[in-house]
Amino acid sequence: MSIDIPTICLTNIGPLITLSVAGLLLLLFDAFSGKAMKKAHFHQFSLVAVVIALLQTVWLWNRQTTDFSRMIYVDNFSFFFNVIFLLGTGISIILSVHYLENYRKNYGEYYALMLFAAVGMILMAAGGNLVIIFLGVEILSIPIYILSGLFREDLKSNEAALKYLLLGAFSSAFLLFGIAMLYGGTGTFYLADLAAFIKKSGMNGFTYVGMGLLIVGFGFKVSMAPFHMWTPDVYEGAPTSITAFMSVGTKAAAFAAFLRVFLEVFPTVRMEWDLLLWVAAVATMTVGNVTALAQTNIKRMLAYSSIAHAGYILVGLIAGNQLGATGILYYLLAYTIMNLGAFGVVIAVARKKDNYLNIYDYAGLGFQYPGLAAVMSVFLFSLVGMPPTAGFLGKFYLFSAAVEAGYIWLVIIAVINSLISVYYYLRITVIMYMQPAEADLGPVAMTPVVNATLIISALAVLLIGIFPGSIFQLAMNSVKIFGS
Amino acid sequence: MEIPISYYLILSSALFAIGTVGVLIRRNAIIIFMSIEMMLNAVNLSLVAFSDLHRSIDGQMLVFFVMVVAAAEVAVGLALIYVIFRNKGNVYVDELNIMKW
Repeated sequence: MSIDIPTICLTNIGPLITLSVAGLLLLLFDAFSGKAMKKAHFHQFSLVAVVIALLQTVWLWNRQTTDFSRMIYVDNFSFFFNVIFLLGTGISIILSVHYLENYRKNYGEYYALMLFAAVGMILMAAGGNLVIIFLGVEILSIPIYILSGLFREDLKSNEAALKYLLLGAFSSAFLLFGIAMLYGGTGTFYLADLAAFIKKSGMNGFTYVGMGLLIVGFGFKVSMAPFHMWTPDVYEGAPTSITAFMSVGTKAAAFAAFLRVFLEVFPTVRMEWDLLLWVAAVATMTVGNVTALAQTNIKRMLAYSSIAHAGYILVGLIAGNQLGATGILYYLLAYTIMNLGAFGVVIAVARKKDNYLNIYDYAGLGFQYPGLAAVMSVFLFSLVGMPPTAGFLGKFYLFSAAVEAGYIWLVIIAVINSLISVYYYLRITVIMYMQPAEADLGPVAMTPVVNATLIISALAVLLIGIFPGSIFQLAMNSVKIFGS
Repeated sequence: MEIPISYYLILSSALFAIGTVGVLIRRNAIIIFMSIEMMLNAVNLSLVAFSDLHRSIDGQMLVFFVMVVAAAEVAVGLALIYVIFRNKGNVYVDELNIMKW
């Protein structure tokens, strides 16, 4: 008897290898280097790893293949998401450095865990097998549980981490039960085989239950109502740099897996999951936006806004056509940049030990720090979805996809929700420019690198909003795999 | 005599349901954690049963992954619960309410 060893090509998982090895090396350095070496170089090292991974990703452009016995998809869809994840990780690392030094928490393991989380994200977007997607979810989540509890002495941080851990583990149990049921109904974990099976023999009881449980599992991760309850608490309690990282990374990764599984495996039974997601999307947008109106803590407000944005992205998923998928990719890229930018400003204004997180602490920022207030306004306008920012076009693509697919009412509700969101985003702009500062704001510690990052992000938000062509083409290319 | 697949599934669903109820109604973080473990093991049981049904090894392979993941989650979870106990003196989840739920 002979055993065929499958051929594998390691360059296909180049970014994964780079990030994992860099994470492990960081842990070793942290353990064995002297005190002086510590702190200074960890973030540079991890940034270099992210950049190398990005270059390796670029090299993978336009391959249409699978590898590791069809476990991993190497296609433009995973390419696009790799870019989003690595961008998000890189910007989060830059924003973290100063923040952590304030807390004297600039540990090596922080960056190592961030890199591991990025590995999980990439696996979620690239997984061609439900096992890989499950492992991706866990590789992403476990580091983030630890990172949210980074401030061990702070009860808020403890609370956030425990809530996230308990609810995250609870939701992965549902995801896993869904995977088991799909396996029971079809006898395979491969997405392609699942799709072929469902196309040929239709759904059966097991696959219905499995599909429902998958919606619950992914719903938790993207903070879809009614599974959004953890989001505000975790976002408020976790270190701000981690809040920034998970608000974009986890969401993008979960949507990548959601999109891939539902558009590849269940396109023939659209009718069954459409209505469910329709209700969930409306609830998500409404709950997120209406509750955000009442928030005075800016982290909590951005948490509710991130719930609302999950609702907008669900609109694209419900539309389920090419334009919808393209819109989701475009929107996630724009959301990554604008949300990280907004959190960057929040970190800068909060200063030592997060003392200034109330929205009224922003009073007078426009006069004392015009630059900071200007970039914040760009990010906020983009989060509202005003032209000519990237947020506007993202929403435009998502909503026009839904119109094309015939969901007029959904779009009307989504637009009304966008209007509600104008109030709480622009309130901050108003406070920044129209209200005098109650006291001198004092020095806002900004490093040149952070400055440059914020400015480039703000320019990028404007640029891809005014000239969306190339990004739109790229996103369109990336979703060609979902033929429909 | 062969045991039909439905027996396994009923047992596994029952365990999963007991775990879910446990997570929802208990207030001690450690008990909640045990309930989550029970849910994961219920999944393992159904995976093994399905694996036997389909005569394929994939399901049993996933069981090992689930065990590893569960162990990692427990390691992190117990560390967090320990830290909270040190800061607060108890681990009741309903008393973790600095931020409103």
